[in-house]
Amino acid sequence: MELYKLTAHELHEKLVNKEVSSVELTNALYERIDAVEDKVNAYVTLDKENALAQAAKVDAKIAAGEEIAPLAGVPGAIKDNISTKGLRTTCSSKMLSNLIPIYDAHVIKNLRADETIFLGKTNMDEFAMGSTTESSFFGATHNPWNLDRVPGGSSGGSAAAIAAGEAIWTLGSDTGGSIRQPASFNGCVGIKPTYGRVSRYGCVAFASSLDQIGPITKDVTDAALVLNTICGKDEHDSTSLDVEVPDFTKALVADVKGLRIGLPKEYFGEGLDPKVKAEIEKAVKQYEAMGAEIVEVSLPHTEYAVITYYIIAPAEASANLARFDGVRYGYRNTSATSAPEMTTLSRTEGFGAEVKRRIMLGTYVLSSGYYDAYYKKAMQVRTLIRKDFEEAFKQCDVLLTPTSPVVAYPIDGKMDPLSIYLLDVTTIPVNMAGLPGISVPCGFADGMPVGMQLIGKPLDEATILRAAYTFEQANEYHKVFAPLGGNK
Amino acid sequence: MTKYITVIGLEVHAELKTKSKAFCSCSTAFGSAPNTHVCPVCLGMPGALPVLNKQVVEFAIRAGLALNCEIKKFNKFDRKNYFYPDLAKNYQISQFDKPICENGHIDVNVNGEEKRIGITRIHMEEDAGKLVHSGATISTSDSSAVDYNRAGVPLIEIVSEPDMRSAEEARAYMENLKAILEYTDVCDCKMQEGSLRCDANISIMPEGAKEFGTRAEIKNLNSFRALVRAIEYEVERQKEILEDGGHIVQETRTWDDANGVTLSMRSKEEAHDYRYFPEPDLVPVQLDDAWIERVRSELPELPAQRQARLVKEHGLPEYDASLIVATKAMAEYFDEAVKTAKDSKGVSNWMLGDVSAYLNNEGITISEFKVTPAHLAELVNLTKDGVLSSKLAKKVFAEMLKEDKAPSVLVKELGLEQVSDEGAILKLVEETIAENPQSVADFKAGKDKAIGFLVGQIMKKSRGKANPGMVQKMLKEKMQ
Repeated sequence: MELYKLTAHELHEKLVNKEVSSVELTNALYERIDAVEDKVNAYVTLDKENALAQAAKVDAKIAAGEEIAPLAGVPGAIKDNISTKGLRTTCSSKMLSNLIPIYDAHVIKNLRADETIFLGKTNMDEFAMGSTTESSFFGATHNPWNLDRVPGGSSGGSAAAIAAGEAIWTLGSDTGGSIRQPASFNGCVGIKPTYGRVSRYGCVAFASSLDQIGPITKDVTDAALVLNTICGKDEHDSTSLDVEVPDFTKALVADVKGLRIGLPKEYFGEGLDPKVKAEIEKAVKQYEAMGAEIVEVSLPHTEYAVITYYIIAPAEASANLARFDGVRYGYRNTSATSAPEMTTLSRTEGFGAEVKRRIMLGTYVLSSGYYDAYYKKAMQVRTLIRKDFEEAFKQCDVLLTPTSPVVAYPIDGKMDPLSIYLLDVTTIPVNMAGLPGISVPCGFADGMPVGMQLIGKPLDEATILRAAYTFEQANEYHKVFAPLGGNK
Repeated sequence: MTKYITVIGLEVHAELKTKSKAFCSCSTAFGSAPNTHVCPVCLGMPGALPVLNKQVVEFAIRAGLALNCEIKKFNKFDRKNYFYPDLAKNYQISQFDKPICENGHIDVNVNGEEKRIGITRIHMEEDAGKLVHSGATISTSDSSAVDYNRAGVPLIEIVSEPDMRSAEEARAYMENLKAILEYTDVCDCKMQEGSLRCDANISIMPEGAKEFGTRAEIKNLNSFRALVRAIEYEVERQKEILEDGGHIVQETRTWDDANGVTLSMRSKEEAHDYRYFPEPDLVPVQLDDAWIERVRSELPELPAQRQARLVKEHGLPEYDASLIVATKAMAEYFDEAVKTAKDSKGVSNWMLGDVSAYLNNEGITISEFKVTPAHLAELVNLTKDGVLSSKLAKKVFAEMLKEDKAPSVLVKELGLEQVSDEGAILKLVEETIAENPQSVADFKAGKDKAIGFLVGQIMKKSRGKANPGMVQKMLKEKMQ
């Protein structure tokens, strides 16, 4: 039995029924990692000893007849920008390549309380800045569906690990699509919760007003299980929302009768790969056949979303990344002759090109004399984008779009940064409005997975989970396994 | 020579007396071992987030109300970006365009003239850590150590209008401000420890000019004396430049207390661009009327009110009362002493005289003064009741500084009770008259001075213990 191909909810059954132990399961995952990791490079750091020790604890609990949480004993992996006490957290940057955190992120505390297993830390674009996972200091991650292609990003390691069977569930973070786009590129389910649903405490900040942690999994049920564990108010994060968290598994009902699904016309225009479009349209027809009502809607400010994002996110990042100065932790240049020079050289040598590009961009737009023209205006446009969604949601319950206008593209560095930025047009507006969004597999184009994005009203993860679950149960896409083919 | 008008505005940073830091639960205690009051938040560890300590807002409201400010209900925080190793995040969480308090004032009295000094704004922010360099400056040191215990300690910055026209006015403003912050218990105001810090913006302009001159910002003013000296020095420096036909450069200067000069730190061109933007990790705080009104209702008696009370209830002269209320500790000492003293003015005289002289001499404050208010009151009463002459009272006071004993006990131990026994004094008077016929003759011839000599002789005989009033009276009677 290939345990790594199973889902968390299937494995929970097997653990509880003592068909398999958590130690066996954890070992099976590490065997799988050993077998494929040199092709995929999904991980930055593995933590086998602690993972097996934790698995043994869960096994003892099961043996004692105690009840265990749904994710207990089920091995997962954590994006390397989420702080894990005692376990290196690098953000895939030279800057933090030696950082052993002194504290756990809120989500990590919750997951530990549920006795889940952390196999290791997954690769990402440096400081989550990118859509390809090529900017990692630890080398690019490869797409298990075609190793010559990118896995997307920035949570490329977390998505590729799921597709390659190197983890049962993973955590990613999503600032402009960094969970949903790699989930789409790797045929996984990925959900970015409503801004404030999940505490950001311990998630190394890229753009504080946009960042949100969420799961990447094989199916919608697993996504709901991880959400149940990580959501909720945290007193250490002022922006986390003090609202009741429903049991998201209750939303897993295969029924979309009467559900009004909005198709924002701006998401189906120029730049959308016709083959991707065809798969999305097929999914729309299926929903219609299952009793959903399809309405066309408009989000008129969509075209401004990307440029606005590339003002707000780098502005926040330029301040968030200022703390990496070589003084207290992280990479330090040792040849400098003064403290100010030490900081300058540490940053020059510790950051990669894309990170520096965004710090410069952010520093520029916040500069005296430019603030009003850039940052202030961008915040005003952001309000307009949010209002677009409010208007659209008067006509529908969820919005359906392609997660990305394209499928995973080759790792050949031919894409210039601007072209890559523009591909995030389908995911960025969701962060700008703070809405929940999920990507579910809905077909293939040129042998690569296509993802469908469902966007919900604020705090209405339940409805997009239900819509995603209904579609998933009517199809087999989530059961197709990545072939690990290609030339790599 | 052209006459110049001095224009001064002060920016004062006051550390708030909260138990925990502004954005984490670390202690704000001063003087602990380096880096013992730290956590992921105030160390700026990756991923850590700030959470506002509500007490910071409470204290800012209290200070604002005591300084006659409007309290703004909508409050947000901003990031002030600059790189320095003592600033863990390399940005300071502060308030930029929407400070919590605006449009306040303090009324000061300089040389008998009342003057209102405007307060532009008060905003909340966090303090930085402390650097210790191996060399003279950060750029010339082989190494620098950082202590983050102070990082994240809450501050309010109080910015005045450029309303002050002399060092004396600046000093008066600063003294009043310090007293108000002490009375409201928001800051312990220890300038030497850095819990109250002052920067001065100073410019001069020719008399009659419509526009202010170019200003220099002077930092590192750690005492009232430094403030006054720095202003006086800076004004002269600027005058000299203008008299020589030069012009003032807008710059930041630091006060070198040892050499009594201001030195250039950085020019306007080198000034930081702080790139302020709203702090996305904190949500705005909306104050409601109930909160503001509760704080207002809980405001303690402020220095001006207390001064008026001391004048009204205790009959102190305005000037004396103003000195008593200048620090909260002095005022409290006074209030405590007059509970048992029969003569409030006497208490005030002692406090402003011998007590203050002693404190200045020892370089301590009244909080560290060993003599209790009750004992000082007793000393005042002994004088008032005629048990001690004022001369002997000083002797007893000197003993009280050495020994923690009640003055009545000391009087007995030292055998210093004033002799008011008529028979005993009469004996001395008669003896002295007999011994000094010339002086007696002089007195009878109308030389009033002679009586002083005779009183002195009697006091000498009694080793200072004879009641001088009685001596004088009886001498006159005997010589008539």
